[in-house]
Amino acid sequence: MATSTSSPALPSVFFSGDSGKSTRASLRVIILITIAAAAVAARLFSVIRFESIIHEFDPWFNFRATKYLVQNGFYSFWDWFDDRTWHPLGRVTGGTLYPGLMVTSGIIYHILRFLSMPIDIRNICVLLAPAFSGLTALATYLLTAEMSTSPSAGLLAAAFMGIAPGYISRSVAGSYDNEAIAIFLLVYTFYLWIKALKQGSAMWGALTALFYGYMVSAWGGYVFITNLLPLHAFVLICMGRYSPRLYVSYTTWYALGTLASMQIPFVGFLPIRSSEHMSALGVFGLLQIVAFVEYVRTQLPSRQFQTLLRALVLVIFTVAFGGLVLLTVSGVIAPWTGRFYSLWDTGYAKIHIPIIASVSEHQPTAWPAYFFDLNLLIWLFPAGVYLCFRTLRDEHVFIVIYAVLASYFSGVMVRLMLTLTPVVCVAAAMALSQILDIYLVVESPEEQKSSAENGEAVKAATGSSLLSDGLRSTKSPIVGIYSFASKFTVVSATTVYLMIFVAHCTWVTSNAYSSPSVVLASKMPDGSQHIIDDYREAYYWLRQNTAQNAKIMSWWDYGYQIGGMADRPTLVDNNTWNNTHIATVGKAMSSREEVSYPIMRQHEVDYVLIVFGGLLGYSGDDINKFLWMVRIAEGIWPDEVKERDFFTARGEYRVDEEATPTMKNSLMYKMSYYNYNALFPAGQAQDRVRGSKLPAEGPQLSTLEEAFTSENWIIRIYKVKDLDNFGRDHPSAVAFEKGHKKKKSPKKRGPRVLRTE
Amino acid sequence: MAPRNRQSTPATPSLGSTTQSTSTPSRPSKSTSRSNSANATVGEAQQIIQGVWNNYLERTPQRVKLIDTFLGFLVVVAVLQFVYCIIVGNYPFNAFLSGFSATVGQFVLTCSLRMQTNPENHAEFKSISDERAFADYVFGSLLLHFFCVNFIN
Repeated sequence: MATSTSSPALPSVFFSGDSGKSTRASLRVIILITIAAAAVAARLFSVIRFESIIHEFDPWFNFRATKYLVQNGFYSFWDWFDDRTWHPLGRVTGGTLYPGLMVTSGIIYHILRFLSMPIDIRNICVLLAPAFSGLTALATYLLTAEMSTSPSAGLLAAAFMGIAPGYISRSVAGSYDNEAIAIFLLVYTFYLWIKALKQGSAMWGALTALFYGYMVSAWGGYVFITNLLPLHAFVLICMGRYSPRLYVSYTTWYALGTLASMQIPFVGFLPIRSSEHMSALGVFGLLQIVAFVEYVRTQLPSRQFQTLLRALVLVIFTVAFGGLVLLTVSGVIAPWTGRFYSLWDTGYAKIHIPIIASVSEHQPTAWPAYFFDLNLLIWLFPAGVYLCFRTLRDEHVFIVIYAVLASYFSGVMVRLMLTLTPVVCVAAAMALSQILDIYLVVESPEEQKSSAENGEAVKAATGSSLLSDGLRSTKSPIVGIYSFASKFTVVSATTVYLMIFVAHCTWVTSNAYSSPSVVLASKMPDGSQHIIDDYREAYYWLRQNTAQNAKIMSWWDYGYQIGGMADRPTLVDNNTWNNTHIATVGKAMSSREEVSYPIMRQHEVDYVLIVFGGLLGYSGDDINKFLWMVRIAEGIWPDEVKERDFFTARGEYRVDEEATPTMKNSLMYKMSYYNYNALFPAGQAQDRVRGSKLPAEGPQLSTLEEAFTSENWIIRIYKVKDLDNFGRDHPSAVAFEKGHKKKKSPKKRGPRVLRTE
Repeated sequence: MAPRNRQSTPATPSLGSTTQSTSTPSRPSKSTSRSNSANATVGEAQQIIQGVWNNYLERTPQRVKLIDTFLGFLVVVAVLQFVYCIIVGNYPFNAFLSGFSATVGQFVLTCSLRMQTNPENHAEFKSISDERAFADYVFGSLLLHFFCVNFIN
């Protein structure tokens, strides 16, 4: 990588002059291919370390949907009603997903088959993200090449984009998620938009709309484009930069793009109903008016025009504003959605929608994350934005707006770091190429000539001479670098920085972002790697030992994985469309057995699956997520589930001897620690995640029985008992059996009434 | 802040052609209603409209007038659809929407064509010849109507 990042500057040294033009072009192609290859290669750590496997949670659903698409064809995929999730409700899957990703890999699969290269659909899904990241690097090159005249800027940007951890985090092999293709589409749409705006061409505008439509079909983040392009157009108008080119490109994009986005069933009428899309419509209307006014202006003497303009502005403003208010009040335009509010007020979600706040990728970003994900780029970024200000053409305005918006949003939500990364790469590449272009020229400039040239260049390129004749910095500031020592210092420093950047990226990718999180890796004391494969062990147990239609209850995090790996119906999954249903599961998990059992019977639950990390010290387990279950359940049943009851009097969340009775009696606690004592000498049981000693007496379960516990106890599966044959309630049945064995009096319990509605 | 440094600045309207515009013959009706409010305050509306209209008749080439007629037709169709939607109801909402957006989309595409082929704007659209503009127009229209037909249900 180090060679390909620093080599872009070489052509200008070795191949100066017109004769080297084709050489330069072919060299550029070779460099780009190398960058794409490096981008792909950097993402293969997980495949090499582990195996070709789908990662995490959401990708499992995408994978399952893709398999369905490949097996049943496009139409039945489009109309897919999935009765194996959200039991007993089912999910209209075909109409509630973004089909772009699945359709893309389906098409690739069929093309490869057509070329008689039968590749397993799983491998296509695993390797789709790296393949598209190579394309993203190319798209970044194109976008940056539109911004800067320097040939090295685009190549640098492509190299940055190829290996920036902020993007790798969502595109390693196996991370088969919507973002895998969406970032490529995002960058490419922006490139097409700039191209359309520069040329004022309806064709590029139509292509922008086409790729925008593809983007809409692929990721919910398309709203970012929907708002960024209008904002760009609006700012241009406000700066007095309205031009027919803007009209042509924007209106073509909007008219076609909106129609294209409405083709996706999940989006449907949103583009004309929801408030998020209104800015695009508003700017569309505004452009019509501005264009009309511009036309009239050329037809009229200025005094008459003034009068007309004043009247026009007044009327239009009143009508538009009144109309908007009326429509919003009367409910034709949907009010802003919760996810949107949480973008502005980071506390909003926590108070109102625990289900959104509970998702880890929706948390606000911690500031070290910027350095971790972008390293060197984050401090080149402001310099690049500053350079945009110096040559403020239309496309630079775009980069400035994009930079501001994306910086804000990335601070609000961790996962929006992804939208920030492209602009950071572009801006940083512009800054760095500026440095390299100046310092990498070997011969010293002649004083007179170069200063004159520089002055001209600045004037011609910027147009900022119009803005600020008074500012000293804009009056032909740089003359040239004469001393070889200073050149050498700067260039070598930059090279070192770039090398450190590459090293950092590789390190981050290999250590932080390449874990499949389905398979865990740990180091043995002797340094060798130990694979912990409890998830798959448990899911395959389910697949092979339970009935085809056995319903599995688990927290929603594991819904997609159970559907994908165990192929069993689930109650809730990661498509959190029904908060009440999730709260029901939360209530079942957080209540006493007497309350939970009827709930599970009503939902025909056969097995309950929980994740327990106490033995291994695996911190992402259900006891740590438990408070979210409580909160979400409390949101629906504030009288029956209370978060306060799970904290001790001193406000601590404990699982040991001092845990509250509510906590100790909750189903989740009981399932987690059931029989856990047996692993340890008496009274020594210890939870390694929470670092606490457990009560000597383990919890008793009466309505569930342990069915399976994986090797490292990460997954525990319980079978829900059927009603007792003799019509007893479960506690007394258990007590009866125990009494026969041990002659031991039954434990003190709560009310023994089995509530069966 | 240098205003409109990207503008073609058509200070003197040269030989018989209109400048950048979105629409004209359709808009007189609209601009009548708009300038009526101006009329109440100033009372120059009549004169203004007359001026615009005369200018238009004088300076527009025949080909552009043809485009303008088409634009007018599109506006009439759109207004008809909208009135129908308000009076009768929007029951097949997909159908109404695709019909309406077909006219709107065609309108803006045609406007784009009009701007691109206008000699006044030649400085803005250096890379686009008339033929290219027409090809773009056809491409855009094909896409537009493909989406509309697909959306109509």
